Amino acid sequence: MAMTREEISERLAAAGYVADRELPIVLQLMEMLGRPLLLEGEAGVGKTEVAKALAAVHASRLIRLQCYEGLDQSTALYEWNYQHQLLAIRAREAAGTDPDAVERDIFSTRFLLERPLLAAIRRDDRPVLLIDEVDRADEEFEAFLLELLSDFQVSIPELGTITAQSIPRVVLTSNGTRELSDALRRRCLYHYIDYPDVERETRIILTRVPGIATGLALQIARLVEGVRKEELRKTPGVAETIDWAAALVGLKVTNLNDAPDTAYDTLRCLLKTQEDRARLTREVAARLLGRVA
Amino acid sequence: MRSEPYSFEPPGPSQAVLVRLAGFTRVLRHHGFAVGLKESEDAARVLSSDAAQRPLTLRAALKALLSARRSDWEQFDGLFDAYWLDRGRRRVVRITSNPDATAISTAGERKAAGDRQLEAGLAEPVAGAAGDPSAEANGVGRMQGASRAEQLSKTDFRKLADAESIAEAHALAARLARLMRTRFSRRERARSKGRRLDMRRTIRRNICHGGVPIERIWRRKKRKPLRLVVLLDVSGSMNLYTSVFVRFIHGVLDHFHEAEAFLFHTRLVHVSPALREKDAGRALERLALLAEGAGGGTRIGDSLATFNRWHAAAVLNSRTCVMIISDGYDTGTPAALAAEMRQLARRCRRIVWLNPMIGWEGYQPSAQGMQAALPFVDLFAPAHNLQSLAALEPYLARL
Repeated sequence: MAMTREEISERLAAAGYVADRELPIVLQLMEMLGRPLLLEGEAGVGKTEVAKALAAVHASRLIRLQCYEGLDQSTALYEWNYQHQLLAIRAREAAGTDPDAVERDIFSTRFLLERPLLAAIRRDDRPVLLIDEVDRADEEFEAFLLELLSDFQVSIPELGTITAQSIPRVVLTSNGTRELSDALRRRCLYHYIDYPDVERETRIILTRVPGIATGLALQIARLVEGVRKEELRKTPGVAETIDWAAALVGLKVTNLNDAPDTAYDTLRCLLKTQEDRARLTREVAARLLGRVA
Repeated sequence: MRSEPYSFEPPGPSQAVLVRLAGFTRVLRHHGFAVGLKESEDAARVLSSDAAQRPLTLRAALKALLSARRSDWEQFDGLFDAYWLDRGRRRVVRITSNPDATAISTAGERKAAGDRQLEAGLAEPVAGAAGDPSAEANGVGRMQGASRAEQLSKTDFRKLADAESIAEAHALAARLARLMRTRFSRRERARSKGRRLDMRRTIRRNICHGGVPIERIWRRKKRKPLRLVVLLDVSGSMNLYTSVFVRFIHGVLDHFHEAEAFLFHTRLVHVSPALREKDAGRALERLALLAEGAGGGTRIGDSLATFNRWHAAAVLNSRTCVMIISDGYDTGTPAALAAEMRQLARRCRRIVWLNPMIGWEGYQPSAQGMQAALPFVDLFAPAHNLQSLAALEPYLARL
């Protein structure tokens, strides 16, 4: 039975993911149309988190494939366990087993190493398949992926064709290091995740950092929004905000304006390069802090 | 179908709604969306689901389904409101199917101006041709230094259609492509000859020999071609050279395995999609729109900033050579230019700066912008015509 939008929102919240307004609709659509979801957005806005939350929503397993340059079928799909096969051959030779039986046995699923893609289609409980940073993989892999995503079957020469037990829910993420093919884009639903606005970021902090006061969370969210507007080399993501909030709670800060020095010293949770630190001087921080109050 | 069907599906959308939907997908295609039959079909399903009960949820659902990239995503709400809710219709102005065109300017008026210009240009092809000699005469007494005015006139890219010079520029670019030798990358792939033994594949191959390694498989480094990214200054001070270099870029895009091209004046424009257009007429139309504002002043620093911010991640990698073709006359501050050059230098392999002015006698790279940029440039060379570009071959081969 398909879930309604409200149910999806509730379950996302229960899983600790604070969604923007449109995401539940997109997830519902994904269920209805059976299409994969392509997520784009700056680094650190929580693209991967969506897949985790989706797995929690449907109480299913998350299978993750991290893409990188040079990723090939043997690391993404399946591989025979050669060493194991050799050992088995030797052992049966010594025992004098019938060669035909050995051959049948050697190429059985017992000697098959499942990689994420195969694992995802062989499960029968509709797992969530996260294909992370698909733009890092080569174009050839993308073409292969496209085929897999439309047929959901894999042919292994020695075993025959394996058809999906259940269609996994597929989430792809991209950071835009390479332009993805139009075919892949068209196949997918598309959702762009932006940096959260102050209200949403406050709620994220409140959910993720236990024991934080609402006032402080709001101050942090406002300050981070200010920091993001500065021209930095690495714009802080949501994970950095959470780190910083946790650091402030750990240092027992309850109001940023009461402890500007601590606030400034812990800003390194947000700034990850020397250049950015040099740019965000004490004066700039004070100015941002002044606006927060 | 993959998802479980609804237990009680409401009746499908009426014929009238489907017709409206077809109209909407036509509007989207017009704006550069890639909407196929399958998408239209799914959109019809969305219309008959409960997502269609409220405009906001319907908009979000159709947005996820029908857009495929960020530029689509950003213009979708406006298009949807205009079509279905009859709101803000004036904001929607016809633009080309080039998705990048939306990035150039957001103001509808500007696009409208571009359209009007285009129409005027098409109506009077003769006037454009007659404008040619005057443009060159203009070039003799040409301004040195940049002007701040953004001159909203179409530079004549029509010369692009001259078959002979296209062939010449193409041949040159092809030679360059061969010369800029391929690099070895760290990734290895299996080969029958190589330096290191590939254990895994060797065992696999020799299973038929009972595991005795008779055939061996080796690994060897993969060759990867160098990628070339060209940033061409099309401002007023570069007027004389623009057409030559546009031809050159056309050749580069055709012959290099991986290449991207950008034009800049006061703004930066990604032109590879337009130049790759197979149909020459369409390519010209798109270029004419993109080049709006060419021939005016230069803001190199700002243009580089745009490049670093929005395009660098997608087009640069460690095997990229960035070629900037500009005279270095900049109306921005030298400090800003230097900062952006530093950023750029960090992200690519080499920076080549081709300056047409070097060909002039007694020229010193004294323009402030040029001075600021020079420390980050690996090769600084003259390029005032195709011949001088050809003379660059040995240098580029060694990069």
